[in-house]
Amino acid sequence: MTAAAQRSASRRTGGSLTLNLMRLRTFIALFAVLIVFSFAAPNFLSTANLVLMSKHVALNAFLAIGMTFVIVTGGIDLSVGSIVGLCGMTAGGLILHGIELPIGYTVLFNVYEIVLITLLLGVLIGFLNGLLITRLNVAPFIATLGTLYVARGAALLSSDGATFPNLEGNPALGTTGYGFIGAGSFLHLPVSIWLLVVVALAAAYLARWTPLGRHIFAVGGNERAAALSGIRVVRVKIFVYMFSGFCAAIVGLVVSSELMAAHPATGESFELNAIAAAVLGGTSMSGGRGTVGGTVIGAFVIGILSDGLVMMGVSSFWQMVIKGVVIIAAVVVDQAQRKLQARVALQQMTSAA
Amino acid sequence: MSDDVVLRLEGVTKVYSGTVALRSADFEIRKGAVNVLVGENGAGKSTMMKLVAGVETPTSGRILLDGREVKFADTSAAMAAGVGMVFQELNLFGNLTVAENIFANREIMKAGHIDHAEQERQAGELMARLQTGVDPKAMVEDLMIGQQQLVEIAKATARNARILIMDEPTSALSAPEVEILFRVIADLKAKGVAIVYISHRLEELIRIGDYITVLRDGRVTGSRAMADVDVPWIVRQMIGSDAKDFSQAGDHAFGEEMLRLEDISLLRATGGYAVDHVSLTVRAGEILGVYGLMGAGRSELLECIIGRHPLAAGRIFVDGRPVRERDIGGRIARGLALIPEDRQRDGLAQILSIGENLVMSSLHKLARVFHISASAEAEAIKREVRDLSIKVVDASAPVSSLSGGNQQKVVIGKALLTEPKVLLMDEPSRGIDIGVKGDVFRIMRGLAAKGLGIVFVTSDLDEALALSDRIAVMSKGRLTAMLDRAGATGAAIVAASSVGHGPAPLKGTLQ
Repeated sequence: MTAAAQRSASRRTGGSLTLNLMRLRTFIALFAVLIVFSFAAPNFLSTANLVLMSKHVALNAFLAIGMTFVIVTGGIDLSVGSIVGLCGMTAGGLILHGIELPIGYTVLFNVYEIVLITLLLGVLIGFLNGLLITRLNVAPFIATLGTLYVARGAALLSSDGATFPNLEGNPALGTTGYGFIGAGSFLHLPVSIWLLVVVALAAAYLARWTPLGRHIFAVGGNERAAALSGIRVVRVKIFVYMFSGFCAAIVGLVVSSELMAAHPATGESFELNAIAAAVLGGTSMSGGRGTVGGTVIGAFVIGILSDGLVMMGVSSFWQMVIKGVVIIAAVVVDQAQRKLQARVALQQMTSAA
Repeated sequence: MSDDVVLRLEGVTKVYSGTVALRSADFEIRKGAVNVLVGENGAGKSTMMKLVAGVETPTSGRILLDGREVKFADTSAAMAAGVGMVFQELNLFGNLTVAENIFANREIMKAGHIDHAEQERQAGELMARLQTGVDPKAMVEDLMIGQQQLVEIAKATARNARILIMDEPTSALSAPEVEILFRVIADLKAKGVAIVYISHRLEELIRIGDYITVLRDGRVTGSRAMADVDVPWIVRQMIGSDAKDFSQAGDHAFGEEMLRLEDISLLRATGGYAVDHVSLTVRAGEILGVYGLMGAGRSELLECIIGRHPLAAGRIFVDGRPVRERDIGGRIARGLALIPEDRQRDGLAQILSIGENLVMSSLHKLARVFHISASAEAEAIKREVRDLSIKVVDASAPVSSLSGGNQQKVVIGKALLTEPKVLLMDEPSRGIDIGVKGDVFRIMRGLAAKGLGIVFVTSDLDEALALSDRIAVMSKGRLTAMLDRAGATGAAIVAASSVGHGPAPLKGTLQ
């Protein structure tokens, strides 16, 4: 790879120095929370605690990665939290009861099939979001707000609001081992962390090295120009919502697998955490700008912040206030940095002129 | 230094990130006169006026109003001092009425609420003075662009500005509307208003200007009374030589038929045809100029060809084979490519880099299966930057850091990377400076010599005559003339472009 290509690849989203500072800004926040809590909260830096926090962070990070692509196209996906709940209920219901056919038979699936069906359900809901937004011209906020309610309602209907408990499954039916996704570990790290690594790397690769990924940024940068350049805007948009639904389905699986139970209210307000992580990571709400790496770091900042505050014994009411302040501060710093950046460049130009 | 100078810039420098827009420039604005400011795109005209109007503050230098130094913190400070500006890009609220726009932020109040009746009455008077016939209660978004421009002018005049800046006010106006504007300007002049007039149209400047200041690369290269100058002088100050480089036609022979259109039609939403059964052919190596007035359906014709309008009817053949693809992507793959008229809106993603914009349309050509080859991408970017001589320091800089002309080259490069057989160019020289215009014309000639078929739309008669191998003239959606280079005269073209506007419409299409 030539130096020029490296540069152009690493500066995907605008002024290079600005972007580097922005990334640094999220890193600084990450280190700041790590340092503060390692002093303020006992056992914060213990391996067990770090692994536990990573597992919490992973949940939000999955959603935030999917959300990043949606926001980069200039959209928003409010339905992910409900998709988490519905997918968890779907997996739980299939393990416990299978599908009862009206003719008296019950179809039962093994764990692999159940995981596949659940993921497909998430993708399908994303596809519906995409269709509403592109073909029926519903604003993304409204379309996904609608699916938020529909999916949540469906999750509650599936069990009449009750929890599906004890998802151990039946060895005879091949439905055991569901707990591996959420509670299993591989090379001393939880499976969910490995899943996050895989999804994050795949998403980052998609964004940088595939035509589809570049098209996502082009659509967010200027939809009309993208369309006139031959980019199939509709397909690109439908894809990002499908991917977001896919990420939400993973979270649904991980949560229900970890608890070995599926609760229909799982995932409430997860969408807001995901948006916060993406924004904290430098994703622009007006589209065209954002990185997977930044978003993952943003998710870590938010996750560590809330876990650390819990460990310090800060009341949950104050936690909410602090989280809100951090999100606002992040965006304010982002804007200030851009201005500062412009001014530095200006001074350089003046002295050169 | 006469007494009638209201506002003077002294040694003003303005630096933006990436560029020095103005270098210690001096400029005098005289009252009761039209002070013309002219220069290539990116020469610093708009920047200078933004300083006067308080949109920007100078990096160094002084602004003197009536001999006293002033610092405009923002536009309202400048407005309070009597500076009004008609922006090149319209600053109107589409969702408000004409009257509400004119009185935005200085609403007429009565007993604590807005007196809409009085606002509408006054707005009506202003619009009547501009002879627009626009209803002050009409929504601005429902107006045509020329009418919107007049609303913008009405807004500025309504503030009783002492200094009125007009940045390319005629760019969207029809000939009769321009006449109205000139009458308004004469009116204001007589009242002692100082007018700063920015335009690319030299004939226009000479006609209405009293003083002229020429900018080049952020420096003032000449400043005189209009009576002492002529067009060659202005052009010399603007570009350093008086060449108007249309790049003469090569002697290459035309090849096979590259593009054939049969009965291309597009219905207007408001009834009637936007494009009315147009048929024509373009051969390899041929440049076909499409001339017509605004609204003649020229842009719509190109948009039908590229597939922007799914409901367009008619048959298209590229290189002898019918084009059945309905979508833009499919048509690009078949060898069609469009350079849109409005590059800000339709051509570029400003937030992305120069390189990313260049390859936007051709990523699939640079990818093996789904993996984009970094070396192929860098090579493609380097090739276009070199071939089109785009002035770029670093292809990863945002495309918004380029001047208009270089942005246009990026749009052309983006289209060329799709390896088109037929290039559709909508006003390729619009809003770019003379120097880069020459580049663009040379590029067009070069591409034709390589065997591309080129269809370009223009409203510039000189351009149509100098650049085209054949000229198609459109009027009211119909093709009203097809002239060979040898047989084409300005008079014939103009006559054909107004067919249908007069009482006796011409039937059928011409070949």
